[in-house]
Formats: sequence, C-alpha cells, structure tokens
Amino acid sequence: MADNNLSFVRTEMLQGQTPPLGERGIVRWIRINLMATPVDAALTVFALFLLVWFVPPMINWLFVQASWSGVDRAVCATVSQGGTQPEGWSGACWAYVNANFNQFMYGRYPQDQHWRVNIVGVMFVVLLVPLLIPRIPFKSANAIVFFFVFPIVAFFLLVGGWFGLPYIETATWGGLLVTLVLSFVGISVSLPLGIVLALGRRSKMPVIKMLCVVFIEMVRGIPLVTVLFMASYMLPLFLPPGVTFDKFLRALIGVALFASAYMAEVVRGGLQAIPKGQYEGADSLGLSYWQKTGLIILPQALKMVIPGIVNTFIGLFKDTSLVSIISMFDLLGTVRQHFNDANWASPQTPISGLIFAGFVFWIFCFGMSRYSIFMERRLDTGHKR
Amino acid sequence: MASQDITPAGTGSAKVSLLNDPRIRGYIYQLVVLVVLVAVGYWFVNNTIANLQRANLATGFGFLDGRSGFDISSHPFTDYSSDSTYIKALYVGILNTMLVAVVGIITATIIGFIIGVGRLSHNWLIRKLCTVYVEVFRNIPPLLVIFFWYSGVLAVLPQARQSIALPFSFLNNRGFFFAVPVFGQGAWLAGVAFVLAVIGAFLVRRWANKRQMATGQRFPVLWTSLALIIGLPFLAFALKGFPVTMNYPELGGFNIKGGALVGPEFMSLYLALSFYTASFIAEIVRAGIRGVGKGQSEASHALGLRAGTTTRLVVVPQALRIIIPPLTSQYLNLTKNSSLAVAVGYPDLFAVGGTILNQTGRSIEVVAIFIVIYLSLSVLTSLFMNWFNAKMALVER
Amino acid sequence: MKNLVLKSVLGVSALLLLASAASAGTLDDVKKKGFLQCGVNTGLAGFASPNDKGEWSGFDVDYCRAVAAAIFGDATKVKFTPLSAKDRLPALQSGEIDVLIRNTTWTLSRDSQGFDFTGVNYYDGQGFMINAKKLSGINSALQLSGASVCVQSGTTTELNLADYFKANKMEYNPVVFEKLEEVNAAYDAGRCDVYTTDQSGLYAIRLTLSAPDDHVVLPEIISKEPLGPVVRQGDSQWAHVIRWVHYAMLTAEELGITKANVQDLIKSDSPEIKRVLGQEANTKLGTDLGLTNDWVVNIVKAVGNYGEVFESNIGSGSKLKIARGINAQWSKGGLQYAMPIR
Repeated sequence: MADNNLSFVRTEMLQGQTPPLGERGIVRWIRINLMATPVDAALTVFALFLLVWFVPPMINWLFVQASWSGVDRAVCATVSQGGTQPEGWSGACWAYVNANFNQFMYGRYPQDQHWRVNIVGVMFVVLLVPLLIPRIPFKSANAIVFFFVFPIVAFFLLVGGWFGLPYIETATWGGLLVTLVLSFVGISVSLPLGIVLALGRRSKMPVIKMLCVVFIEMVRGIPLVTVLFMASYMLPLFLPPGVTFDKFLRALIGVALFASAYMAEVVRGGLQAIPKGQYEGADSLGLSYWQKTGLIILPQALKMVIPGIVNTFIGLFKDTSLVSIISMFDLLGTVRQHFNDANWASPQTPISGLIFAGFVFWIFCFGMSRYSIFMERRLDTGHKR
Repeated sequence: MASQDITPAGTGSAKVSLLNDPRIRGYIYQLVVLVVLVAVGYWFVNNTIANLQRANLATGFGFLDGRSGFDISSHPFTDYSSDSTYIKALYVGILNTMLVAVVGIITATIIGFIIGVGRLSHNWLIRKLCTVYVEVFRNIPPLLVIFFWYSGVLAVLPQARQSIALPFSFLNNRGFFFAVPVFGQGAWLAGVAFVLAVIGAFLVRRWANKRQMATGQRFPVLWTSLALIIGLPFLAFALKGFPVTMNYPELGGFNIKGGALVGPEFMSLYLALSFYTASFIAEIVRAGIRGVGKGQSEASHALGLRAGTTTRLVVVPQALRIIIPPLTSQYLNLTKNSSLAVAVGYPDLFAVGGTILNQTGRSIEVVAIFIVIYLSLSVLTSLFMNWFNAKMALVER
Repeated sequence: MKNLVLKSVLGVSALLLLASAASAGTLDDVKKKGFLQCGVNTGLAGFASPNDKGEWSGFDVDYCRAVAAAIFGDATKVKFTPLSAKDRLPALQSGEIDVLIRNTTWTLSRDSQGFDFTGVNYYDGQGFMINAKKLSGINSALQLSGASVCVQSGTTTELNLADYFKANKMEYNPVVFEKLEEVNAAYDAGRCDVYTTDQSGLYAIRLTLSAPDDHVVLPEIISKEPLGPVVRQGDSQWAHVIRWVHYAMLTAEELGITKANVQDLIKSDSPEIKRVLGQEANTKLGTDLGLTNDWVVNIVKAVGNYGEVFESNIGSGSKLKIARGINAQWSKGGLQYAMPIR
C-alpha cells in the first residue's frame, strides 16, 4: 500500500562530473609532471630559468642576428674588427658556411668533376634506402649490389683514370666526402673482420685464439690517434724501399682495423649469450662448423648485439674526424682549415663552422641510433626477458 | 677453423682420411697461420732494418738521456726546463695525460650521474632536458667538442688586459688565473692534523658500524667526520698563528702575474672530455638504475625505509654492480681520448712524444713508448676497476 | 687466420694498386712513375700555398716545378704533398715524397741522421712578431720577458726559442701547436703575445692575419736558418739533380738568362751561356747528371731564374716584399753562390 514513489531515489544515472580543476587537462599534467613535490617544483623553476637564460639568446644568435650571405669576413665582424656589423654585434656567421659549402662537401676535389661525387652519392642513397626499409623486397640482391658492386663502381668513379675520366688524387679529397668514404669502408670492413676476430677469440685452437686476443686487446688499449700515426709513419718503414701506398688508404686501414677490434668484442658478447643447447643442437644435426656458425649461431648472436654494433658504427663515424690529426681533411678538418683563412677569420667564424660540422655529424649519428632502435624492436622475437 | 669440436661420426669404424680428422686439421691450420705470421713478421723486421740502415738511422733508447732543448708550457708537479732530458719530457707528458684523465673522470662521473638520474626523474622538464643533453653530446665527435670549447668559447674571451675579474681570480683568453695559498712556516702541522683527522674519521666509522650491528643504535658518523676533518687542521693552523698567505693574480706586464693558471688548452680538453664522456655515463647510470627490480624499492618502502635511505642503501649498491663494468670502459675511453690534446696543443704524452719524435727522428722507439704506456694505463685502470667491481659484487650465501 | 688472409689480401691489392716498384735510385723511380712527388708546406703564403682550386704557388713550389722541368721537360709533372713540420721528415724517410722543399733548416743532426741537404735556397733567421697596437712600446725582443710565445712544435725554431730566452734570463710561456694554421689562428686570436718563426715566414704569416698592419716584426734575428731542399741519405745521383737545379737557377740569374729571353739565348754566341744551356757540341753535362742536355733551358722556361722566382713569389713582385738581402748573388754582397756548371 505504501506509495513507493520515493522521489529522492534516483532512477537514472547522474551525468559524470568533470574532475576538479587540479585533476584534469593541462593543470593535472603540470601538477603531476612538473610540480609533484616541492623539490620537483624547485627543479622545474630551475630548469625554466635555465631555458629562459639559454634558449632565447641562442635562437637570437643562431637565426635572428646571424649573417646569412656575404663574400668575406666583413659581414661577420663588427666595425672595430674590420667588418660592417655594428659594435657589440654577435651572431652566427652562416655566410662563411654558405661560401665554403662546396669545400666542406668535396674538399679540393676539382670543381668540374663534382658530378662524379654526386653520382656516387645518389647511387649510395638509392641503394641504401630500400635496404633499410624492411618491406621492400629483393634484399639479398640489393645487399650484394650495395656491398660489392657499388664500392667498385664508386672507386672507379671517384678515383678515375679509366674510361677517359681524369685521375684524381686522394690528396685532393676532403670534406664530407672523406668522412663518408672512410666510414663506409670502415663499416663494411670492420663488421666481417670483427666477426672473424670474435670467432677466432672463441676458437679452441690455441694459436689462433692467442693471436686474436693479442690483436684485440692491443688495439683496444691504445688510442686511435696512435694507430693512425703508426699507419702513416711506421707502415712505410716495414715495407721494402720505394714501396709506398696512398695515405688515404693507410688511414682507411687504420680506421678499419681499429673498429674491427671493438666490433669483435661486441660480437663476442653476442656469441657468449647463445645457450650451449644451440651449439649442441646444431652439432647433433651434423652441421659443419661453418654451417653451424653461419646458420644457427651468428644470426641469433648478431641480432642480440645490434645496439652494440650500431654503437660501434657510430663510434667509427665519429672517429673518422681524427684523421685531421694526420693532416687529412675530413669534414671537421676542412671546416677548421677554412676558419683560419684570413678572408673569413672573425670571432664568430670558428663557432659557426663547428656548429655546422657538429650538426652534420649529429644528423648521421642520431639517424643511425634511431634506426638501430627501430631494427631492435622489429627483430625482437620475444626471446628477451 | 675450429672444426674439431664436431665429434666425427663413426670414428674408428670407417677409415677416415687424416685430413678429415678435425684435430689434425686444426693443427695444420694453426701451423699454416704460424708460419705465415712468422714469415710476414720476418719480412717486416728485415725491411725495417734495411730501411734504417739505408737511411743511416740509429736505433735504441739511449737518446732518451739527451738534453731535450724544448720547453713545455704546462708541467705541474715537476721542474722541467729545456735542459732536462727527453725522458723527463716524456714523464711530464705522462703526468699531463694522467692529470687530465683523472680530473676528467671525476667530473664526467659527477655530471653523468646527475644527468643519468635526471633522465629518470618524475619531472618532465628535467627528463627532457637531460635527454637532449645526452642525445646531443653522444652524437658528435669528441674532437669537435674540444674545438668547440677551444676556438668557439675560450678563444673569444677578452684579452689579458680586459680580463673578466672574478672573486680572487681572472678569466681571459690566456686561461683562468686564480689565487693560491702559499703556506709558510709550520703549515706542516695542519697537514699532519688533516691526515690524523682522516684516520680518525675512518676509525669512528668502523666503531659506529660495529656498535650499530651490536646494539642497533646509530651514531652521526657524517657530522663527526666532517667536524674532525675540518676542525682538526683548523685548530692546528690556529696554533701556529695561521702561517698562510694568498698569492693573488694581478694585471702586470704582458699577462696576469702571480696566482696559479689553468691554460685554455687544458680547460678545453678537460671540459670536452668531461661533457662528452658524461653523456655515455648518463646512459650507463640510467640503465643501471632501471636494472634494479621495482620490487626492491617497494620492499624497502614496505620495511619503512625512507626514499633517500632506499636509494642509498638498496638501489644504488645494486645498480653499481650493473654500472661498473661499462663505466670502466668509459674511463678507459676518456683516457685514450685525452690523446686528442695534440689538436689544441696541450702537452700530453702524445704531443710531447710527437715533438721528441720530430726532434730526434726516432719514430719506432717513440711509437713503442706510446704503445707501452697507453697499454699500461689501460691495464692499471681496468685492474683498479676490477678490484672495485669485485668489492661491489653480490656476495651470495 | 681469416683475419690474416683478409689483411694480406687488402695489403696486396693495395700494393698492386698504388705501389711503385723498388729500384736503385730515386731518379729512375721518378722517371718511371712519370711525376715528381714533392713535399711542401701546408700553406705559407709566398712559399707554398694552394688557392681555392687546389693550384699551388710559391717559392718552394717553383723549386719543385723546376726539378720536374729538369727531369721531364714539363713543369706540370709534379704532385704536391702538403706536410706539417712534424710530418715532413718521416714522410721523406718513408718514401712518400721524393724530395722535401719546405723551408727546412739545414742542421748537423738532420744531415747526419738519414737526410741530405742539397743546398740553401733561402738564407733565413728566426725572428719575432708582435701586435704593435696592443703592445705599444715594445721594440726589441729583449723586452719580451713574461710573454706567451706561439711556436710550431718539432721545429728548430722551438729549440732556438728555448735557448734564446734562457741565455737572456727571460721567462716565457710557450704555446705550442703542431700545424702552422693552428699557430696562426692562435696568434691571431690573441692566445699569445709573440709569434716566432723564420723571418720570411713571419712576413708571409703577417699577410694572412685579420689585421696585418697591426703587427710588426722585431729587428732581432736570433738564429741562422739556412733553408733548403732535402733528400734521403745515400742516393747521391738524386741529391746531385736537386743540388744542380738550384745552381742552374742561380747561374741563369748570373748570366742574365730569364724566362723571357731563354729561347733567344739558345742561339747566343757566349761560350758560357752556350755551355749552360747545353748548346755546346757533344756536351754531356746534362746526360751525365741523368737528365737531358737542355735541362737548364727547361727549368728557366718553366719557372725562370732564381731572381725571377724570388721576386715574383716573395720579393718586390709579391705582397710579401721581402728584400733580397743576404739572398742576393755573391757578386752583389749576398750569400747565393753557384758552383760552376762545366
């Protein structure tokens, strides 16, 4: 009988209220990410202070005040320094980079032959890009062309002396060209050589094992400059009188041998991580040593150490800059050579040139490291913990 | 190559050719390698001797006793002059290499730890800033960083006569000049007091640990030690009537006179090596801390330890075990990278050795010295770090 | 093992590619190779420096060209290897270059330890340069006590500097670099007060500074720096070629044979000119040296006589404007004295 019409019982759900101001949107994000504790808040203030102190002047220097074009140092120097800029001016001297851009890319490679370098560069990109994108087919054909055909073609194109192309000494090469040639050859020699050394180090033949250990530890113990120094001054002493070979080639050998010792240690790490069962399984299938290594062990080991391998590549890429110490001009060497040029010497020139060179190096190295992260994820077949 | 680890199927039953026996084959391979190696080595040595004779070059290390004849700009801890021997010049080079390596390692470790921890911070801004730092410095060549400091920053500082005056010091494009204390008569007592204080602090710590183990009572070790280490030498000084004067740098003549100087060569090398290596150390530290299971800190919180104590007593000791091996190789890298000093004219081992090579023409000897010294530096660093690693390693029951 | 195989393959292919076979003498090697490999400075205005297109010019460079002209009759058959002070002697020792013409000072120890100097093409002395605008009032090197001094490492300059300051009981702070460009840049940036090197070098470097007129070269000359071409020890035939190229250029100046008139003078009646230019009947002066008899003609045609090379690169015809001074002919009060070509 009771009238159950209790008006205070709600029959339909209330509309969800928006969370309080501190728990939603940007405020919540700021509260959690920037102001979680008093210490955090202090840190945030400190970081903001740092940014305000650093970023606007930097943008100002890099872009706003920068002088973008000009023919000599006048555009990058103040009046009292013999230029045209007002007193107290400070800005990047991109005009210097602009004017010497060709030098930074090709060194003293003859101007009318630059097309040869360009063709090699285009070939490099055209062959490399499909190799890097997993979805594109014909990987093995592509790889063979890239690692075996391309170097030969590139060699003939760059050096010349055949098919009516004028011969161009390696001494005139410079800039990014040298950096890239050194790194490409260094990378493609050091990986196989490093694998061989790593296998040798784990070999059960004492002589071979000892040789590999001595080589690896020796090279890893001394700085690259010393190796380059040896390659350029000592090697000729070891050879019969009159036999010399190109300085560029010597630097190449030095860089490749140096990187291969580091590569060997990285690969060894991978080999050691392969469970014994894999070796035993391969043996029980009756595979020969090379079949076992090539088909079972190495694919797993290498996959495991991709980050290490790429780090070694990055290290090698950065190390190519050291050839400027033995009077060869890679990108960094060329940039430095030119900021001593009286035509461009100004207080802003060195730092602008270095920032440019640093940016180029950074793009390549950062690209490599990102790609390695991508590959690592892609190849991750879930064996890891 | 190493095909002997395949057990040949059916050994004994069928007759196997000797060449197919993996063990024999292994011996043959090794023999071939050895013969080739000896032959190549012999050829190299032979060529070298012939080349040296042809060029009428002397060999041997006797030249190291000769007068060097050149000056070295920075020779802390030694009194080197152009009358000193080549061997002393080399010694100065080694000291300079070690100086920049040690100072660089300390700074890089400090920066690296701060940045590494920063990358794990809850604070978004700090995290991103640290990431930017790591990604920038990891991806440019160290040589470029050295030049950046040398030609980009330090070279554009004002000239000596317009030096930037800082408290008790000056900064200009000749370097950083700062005041140094000159100790007078009786200052040795303070030194003795300092050593005593350190020993005392050490003993206090041991005693406090023992007492805590036994009774659970804690003792303020840190404050006691600080009081000891600062107070005792201060007392000693006071006893002797403060026998110390400061040697202030001041403008004069060409340059700033007095005080002590850190040249831009050392500074740029030191800063570059520290900043560059710190980016790698930061990554190692981050990986190390993340490698400690979350359960560890949760369990520690559950036991009622505070955040700071948890970090200090639970997380860091475990993270260190992961961090130390890669840290060792970074320290070695920094030491080896110090040879880039030659590019800015800091007289490290490589630069001094290069000068000696050029003044005497003894390329083989000098390169041999390089290799021996760098290898021993590497071995020493790894020995020390291995010892430290063993001390830190997990002691399981 | 594989490592060794790879290494030897690499080595052998490299050798096949770029090696020149060993033989008895450098002259034969050079002739077989078809060009002269000449070690020069990395960039010292007036002596050896490349332009934007990589074409070399300078006093030392012309000497390289003269040698090429004497051997091949073609001054373009020469390749230049830029070398720092530190690299130069090892590069010569290793055979990377055939001759080093890179303002190298003739000293006893260098001459006796693996190298032969073939003459002095430029008599120089070490001097000091300062920024007169910043250091006004300094007009002698003896006032330099306490200064920072920029110097290139691995040079005789570095040793003389130490001796000079020691002898005069002055203190200094050496700022040492391996490469000339680095020293220049450091001095220009004000890293040091004083720049020291051979005086000719100071004049050349002054031109490359951002404000050349601010800098003055102090009057003191603190050393003897006889600069000349260097070859490897133990190859007298090759040393003779280089030595006599120098004397031929001096003799040509003495006799008034110039780039312009050498073609006409071939028909000269003067017995001396005829002998020098290889126009004597049955002359064997050139062939005995291992060259052709018209070698002097080729040299003078290509680069001119000593005086012309001097004036156009570093003397009155150049920006450096260095006076002949002690580098004048002996007959004019200088030290340049050619041995007779007969």
